[in-house]
Amino acid sequence: MKVLINGETKEFQDNINLLELLKVEDVAQPDMVSVQLNDTFVTKDDYSSIVLKEGDTINFLYFMGGGA
Amino acid sequence: MIKIPQNVYEMMVEHAKRDLPNEACGYLAGKHKEVHYAICMTNTDASCEHFSFDPQEQFDAFKQTQKEGLQLIGVYHSHPQTPARPSEEDIVLAYDPRISYVIISLCAQEPDMKSFIIQNKTVEKEEIQIIVTQKETAL
Repeated sequence: MKVLINGETKEFQDNINLLELLKVEDVAQPDMVSVQLNDTFVTKDDYSSIVLKEGDTINFLYFMGGGA
Repeated sequence: MIKIPQNVYEMMVEHAKRDLPNEACGYLAGKHKEVHYAICMTNTDASCEHFSFDPQEQFDAFKQTQKEGLQLIGVYHSHPQTPARPSEEDIVLAYDPRISYVIISLCAQEPDMKSFIIQNKTVEKEEIQIIVTQKETAL
């Protein structure tokens, strides 16, 4: 199954969920990324229940913050 | 080493000064460690000691740079009253190992800008090369 992830087409196993995909993408702490699936924000609680489909577009960006 | 055009450097410093007393923050768009331009972001913390990006603005910036064939290769933020080194909070919250973390300190008379790579909470200083850009001159 091919999906577009952060602008790059990649192949993943069928029925992979969003949480599994983030782990494959070396996201160590999925809670610290914001995800858009087909341009819609995904709630973190739903990462493991959303099964990806052929042609989906997934963008994820790390939380950015810090202090002084 | 990260390369920053002089006009982008000046814009980042100007942004840091403009947002005083709060921390300023933004993305650096470019390719292969060469910054093309800076994207000012809203500091949703509106604080002199903390910053956070707005996720919607993050995706807007990401999509803009993607359209241009560029990437978000760095993040910058200011330290209004402390040196240009990653704070403990900066290190703990540095989740993206792929990017440069640039800090602009305004605690001295002259602005001080430094860049770091932070991977697995380990900080490595990165050289900044300022690329001199030609300024238009009046004839």
